[in-house]
Amino acid sequence: MKELKKLADSLKSLDDKIVGCMRCGTCQSVCPVFAETLSEADVARGKLALISNLAAEILTDAEGVRERLDRCLLCGSCQAACPSGVKLAEIFLQARALNAKYLGLNPLKKLIFRCFLARPKFFDAAAKISLPFGRFFLRPDGNAAGTVCSALLKISGGDRHIPRLPAKTFSQKFGEVDTPAGESGIRVLFFPGCMGDKLYASTTEACLKIFAHHGVGVRIPTGLACCGIPALASGDTEGFGAMEAHNLDKLGAENFDYLVTACASCTETIRDFWKLHAQTPSHKKLADEISSKTLDISQFLIDVLKVDSRTPPHSNCEKKERITYHDSCHLKKFLGISEQPRKLIKLNPRAELVEMAESDRCCGCGGSFTLTHYSLSRKIGQRKRDNIAAAKVSAAAAGCPACMMQISNMLALNGDEIKVRHVAEIYADSLPANQPHP
Amino acid sequence: MASKNLSKEFEKIVGKSNVLANEADRFAYSYDSAVLAPTVPKMAIRPTSEEELGKVVAFCAENSIPMTVRGAGTNLSGGTVPDSEDSVVILTQALNRILEINREDLYAVVQPGVVTARFAEAVAAENLFYPPDPGSQAVSTLGGNIAENAGGLRGLKYGVTKDYLMGVEFFDAGGELIKSGSRTVKCVTGYNLCGLMAASEGTLGIISKAILKLVPPPRASRAMMAVFDDMRAAANAVAGIIAAHILPCTLEIMDNVTINLVEDNERIGLPRNAAAILLIEVDGHPAQVADDAETVEKVLKSNGSVQTVTARDAAEKSKLWEARRKALPALARRRPTIVLEDATVPRSKIPQMIDAIGAIAKKYDLLIGTFGHAGDGNLHPSILCDKRDANEFSRVEQAIDELFARAIEMGGTLSGEHGIGTAKAKWLERETNKATILFSQKMRRALDAKALLNPSKMTAISR
Repeated sequence: MKELKKLADSLKSLDDKIVGCMRCGTCQSVCPVFAETLSEADVARGKLALISNLAAEILTDAEGVRERLDRCLLCGSCQAACPSGVKLAEIFLQARALNAKYLGLNPLKKLIFRCFLARPKFFDAAAKISLPFGRFFLRPDGNAAGTVCSALLKISGGDRHIPRLPAKTFSQKFGEVDTPAGESGIRVLFFPGCMGDKLYASTTEACLKIFAHHGVGVRIPTGLACCGIPALASGDTEGFGAMEAHNLDKLGAENFDYLVTACASCTETIRDFWKLHAQTPSHKKLADEISSKTLDISQFLIDVLKVDSRTPPHSNCEKKERITYHDSCHLKKFLGISEQPRKLIKLNPRAELVEMAESDRCCGCGGSFTLTHYSLSRKIGQRKRDNIAAAKVSAAAAGCPACMMQISNMLALNGDEIKVRHVAEIYADSLPANQPHP
Repeated sequence: MASKNLSKEFEKIVGKSNVLANEADRFAYSYDSAVLAPTVPKMAIRPTSEEELGKVVAFCAENSIPMTVRGAGTNLSGGTVPDSEDSVVILTQALNRILEINREDLYAVVQPGVVTARFAEAVAAENLFYPPDPGSQAVSTLGGNIAENAGGLRGLKYGVTKDYLMGVEFFDAGGELIKSGSRTVKCVTGYNLCGLMAASEGTLGIISKAILKLVPPPRASRAMMAVFDDMRAAANAVAGIIAAHILPCTLEIMDNVTINLVEDNERIGLPRNAAAILLIEVDGHPAQVADDAETVEKVLKSNGSVQTVTARDAAEKSKLWEARRKALPALARRRPTIVLEDATVPRSKIPQMIDAIGAIAKKYDLLIGTFGHAGDGNLHPSILCDKRDANEFSRVEQAIDELFARAIEMGGTLSGEHGIGTAKAKWLERETNKATILFSQKMRRALDAKALLNPSKMTAISR
């Protein structure tokens, strides 16, 4: 009970942010979770009312409120549509942190965040052992999305199909990367992220091909930790702090003009969240500096390198591949990036960009949401899949590995013959293959 | 009946997942969009078919359980806030099917939980038009629109929700299914219960189905913006447009406070010194639109518009409307609380009403921005405040009192489109008279002897 009182008191600190909600209910029109459940407690307006009532100690079922707060993808749709400009994602992240502090954190999540994601050595070692094992046990689905499936995955909630695992992680295959700036005069630090290292190593390789082609020097240090978003989204600020501190210590020793990632979630976390959670003045200074230099790969290529103005207009290709683009929430709703990835796709002469309906509607992944709320995540994902299928394409592109994983699963579940690709891969395909890899 | 047993009974009708009885859910149905204190209901029930809805109402009637029906909960007068902790909230959002869109006879049949904007889109996909466009249309439900007789921007030319209500089915306070109206343009079979259900605010029955009129869409439209440095000149221009026998589909006004708040946020180059901006759109046959637009421009200029802009294409039109779209967000972001009123006056009285609002703002030391539907006299004075500041909020309440008194003096009305609910019930007699209130209460008692349907709303009846 004492903890509950402390929780209520600490939630009062959110009041100034919550009071701006005029309860117009606009969030109902955009919330992917509400669209499936039609429950007011699942939409932002309802969640804010619950937080307020818990803070005021009028409502006492703190676990019930936590359960509702966890039924959220943190996709930011409500925040992007909110007429009152309420900082909903910030409120929900803070409320989750307070819940974790006073009601406790799921022990499995705690283990993963504190022992693996914050400690790259352990995580890399685990990946080294488990990738070949996974490749052996996971049965290829033989579909265009290239997914695999196994009864083993049923523990994570039913019939999940995941991307085919690479034989080796990117860092196992390439180790450190360190190339000097070429004709562009620019040197980037590429942050591969957990997925770009361990699951979608091919995306990272595509980025390296692009950098080499445009004379951009690349630095990829080994031993980077997770960006921290899984911990932060679960309210584990301690775990998040450990990952951030580890990364800042590593990056502080590096020289680079831009920090570039091919993962929308990493970009958002490094740009916007690190600086909010830095624990020492020197880390705060470094986080601020890095924040101002952090860019998504498509943003870097279009806004900084201006590759669209350098590439000569291509002649019309006879056989074009129809490709649709999914706007990841972290890219469009948080970072305001939507034109750059589209431009990048169009630079491939063999690609025809076909817009799907509701391209910026959340795919339903929401990070660990898809693990903890799989059936809801699937329903939301089905709408994305239906929109992709209706676009009659042979590939779906995205700028975030988490979205790619979710979309692959949805396409595999529906038996669709549609590939899932990162925007950078589509652009990289259009470049000559003559440069040797680092 | 104990709460647990009650849940079990409802579960038999609608299934376990549609009985929302735990604490978190109950709190989530304790409020709507009105700035009012919440009331936590006993539970909320979400029927998924008209049949289930009827059974729920009948069960409540048999067991004397008060009912508050709720669509999206965007009500601005408290009509969807439960009456007491004994109340059961009946949710219509799962009754969200469009049953028919008839292109030959120009009507649609809908369930009450269909979202207004989704309906308008589905109708547009059939190349037809459903004009009522309340500000909350992206979330509001058609059932709620009927129960509040919702308006919107197109009221002047196209009318409001009641003008599109051809037929209705509802469950009365005893759970009996009542039917009125038809799919035909003409229908005089019995009382016009459609007229009675429009603006009934959940007090006479719970709507289960509606037949809505559709119209052919206009083939062309043109939007204009005019800037005035004098409010009276702007009002004269509005009167001049109507006097020239032109009914614009929208005729919106923004006052100086609103213009500046929008400009503070958006920096779209609005004239900060302007007393008012009018946004006008005419629609119809292309030839007629060209003609009307020309006349409107002339009227605007002859009434002293200091700047008139006509959109040449869709992109320019969208740009012109940007200021109006951003009005409510700009007002809402200035202070923690926004009290959005909808006092309405005959359109010739708009300058007096704007003057009165200015004087009230000064007298009570409040920030009030006004925008709204100049064409039909429906203004939205928006009081920007912080409800947590008791002193300020008591001044807000006094200001609202005076605002309504002035609107009624000018021959206007308490509410153009937001409804009475509990928020405005106390002023109702001032606009009408004692006998009118008693008439409504007698009618309600005759139809709802146990006082179960939203009993404390509009013209309260007690059990």
